[in-house]
Amino acid sequence: MINRAAHLNPKLFTKDVEQAPTRDGYGTGLVLAGDRNPNVVALCADLTESTRTEAFAKKHPDRFIEVGVAEQGMATIAAGLAEAGKIAFIASYATFSPGRNWEQIRTTAAYNDANVKVAGHHAGISVGPDGATHQAIEDIATMRSMPNMRVIVPMDSVEAEKATLAATHMHGPVYLRFGREKTPVMSTAETPFTPGVGIVLWQSKKPQVAIFGCGSLLFQALLAAKHLEADGIGSVVVNLHTVKPIDEEAVVKWAKACGAVVTVEEHNVLGGLGSAVAEVLARRQPTPVEFIGMQDTFGESGQPDELIAKYGMDAPHIARAAEKVIERKR
Amino acid sequence: MDSITDDEVLKIEGVANLLRQEVIHMLVEAGSGHVGGPLGMADIMATLYFKTLRHDPKNPKWHDRDRFVLSNGHTCPILYASLAHAGYFPVEELKTLRKLGSRLQGHPHRGALPGVETTSGPLGSGLAQAVGMALAARMDGAKWRTYCMTSDGEHQEGNHWEAVLVAGKNRLSNLVQIVDRNVIQIDGFTEDVMPLEPLADKYRSFNWNVLEVNGHDVRALVAAFTEAKATWEKPTVIIAHTTPGRGVDFMENRFEWHSKVMKPDQVRLALHELRTLRDSIRSEHQ
Repeated sequence: MINRAAHLNPKLFTKDVEQAPTRDGYGTGLVLAGDRNPNVVALCADLTESTRTEAFAKKHPDRFIEVGVAEQGMATIAAGLAEAGKIAFIASYATFSPGRNWEQIRTTAAYNDANVKVAGHHAGISVGPDGATHQAIEDIATMRSMPNMRVIVPMDSVEAEKATLAATHMHGPVYLRFGREKTPVMSTAETPFTPGVGIVLWQSKKPQVAIFGCGSLLFQALLAAKHLEADGIGSVVVNLHTVKPIDEEAVVKWAKACGAVVTVEEHNVLGGLGSAVAEVLARRQPTPVEFIGMQDTFGESGQPDELIAKYGMDAPHIARAAEKVIERKR
Repeated sequence: MDSITDDEVLKIEGVANLLRQEVIHMLVEAGSGHVGGPLGMADIMATLYFKTLRHDPKNPKWHDRDRFVLSNGHTCPILYASLAHAGYFPVEELKTLRKLGSRLQGHPHRGALPGVETTSGPLGSGLAQAVGMALAARMDGAKWRTYCMTSDGEHQEGNHWEAVLVAGKNRLSNLVQIVDRNVIQIDGFTEDVMPLEPLADKYRSFNWNVLEVNGHDVRALVAAFTEAKATWEKPTVIIAHTTPGRGVDFMENRFEWHSKVMKPDQVRLALHELRTLRDSIRSEHQ
């Protein structure tokens, strides 16, 4: 059942549940961050509306920098601003930033330990019709493997706003990952959010499988948990919004309690959240794991829900993975 | 207007010569590294650190200091030598270049060493960071200026031109770029590898104020920096024509010396030429 302490949206499993893209939370969070801290600046590479940087640009025009279609320049100019005392947020689609400008981020943001916050938008395959060129499925891996970089993948627009604000207070580089599509607003203002601390969203009385997820797919994970419970299979669903540094204690605790793990992410299964969880488990609590995500293949054009189903990341696939991994315990 | 006396010119030329010798010593000690570029940049670096920059070596984080960004990070021996002789850290530490545990990394790392404003080495990213700094200074209404040294070879990087566009659009008159136009890069002469000319016209068309100087003429360099300071509404690029390997006959204009390691007899000859200004004066040791 839903963990009451998570203060999730009471309308979560109803048809009336609010829908909003996580990028909306970046937009509102950025404005709040700018209101509260005069050192917050924002840069964008010709995608001001779709990355939701627009509201900040209107409210704080003197602290907004349009760099044109130039993601490498955006990252390195942001590093210079940070070196001069600013907290610089940069936004584009994740395939371009941190995709195209990976080395610039590595050298000038991460190695410099500069206060650059990289907002990767339209991440995952749920971008939909734009197709695989615009569907970032490698960004968690490429950011996670960079020293000094922290990685946060909010589950909904409410958490996205909290994550954006939290990034302002985290010294050094942070990667924030957002989606394009409207997805269910699972959490509320009261839902706890602390970078690096996982949130138990669902907890059955006798959980047989731990489902660790990040991003908006957690809704599918919760639907799966509900179906599993109806079939007499208990589970726990943990939101590991901070992929790095990952909440090791939560991973170990629930893997130990359940003896079986499923990871869920809208990302390649190589190098993302699933890998981060597996690294912890291999070291501290060897446990069978099934990995939900892109199975090392590119996406394609289509409607978001069609793609999520086709590439095996919807609730039925998650439930089947749970049953499979429970079977592997024996 | 900044002006410079004959005595000051002589002093800065003397510093430049000393920095060149320091670079030879450092590279011999390190056993690897780049020599041609640093020797060619010595006059510019001496002019910046001993005349033009507003800085305080005893207070490297002084908020109102001018920022100096070395974009072509592989030439860092000359930056390190300049910083040490300006008083940022002990001169003896120069011989730790490229060694385990040293603050003098093979390519400069921000935070590792006082006076190093940013990490560089991967080319084409320095000007963009300098643009970011200049934008920050403008937002804050601060008076400090940003100076960025670039190589000509790194003008082949797309990232560099992205920054050139942004600086031109934003009329960053508090930004000065010095291009070490030595015409060499690893694979040969720039005009063979990937021609950059007409470089000055390129910058003019990007809305930059363009000055061209002999990069070994201290008086001309000071005049250019002064003119840049007096220029409004545009960033300034000083295209400094330099001789790579300057001061050492067998290295001058030879692209092989971009990063070649010297043999012992070559080290002796190089130092002899520098100490005696190519035999125009007799060494005190002769």
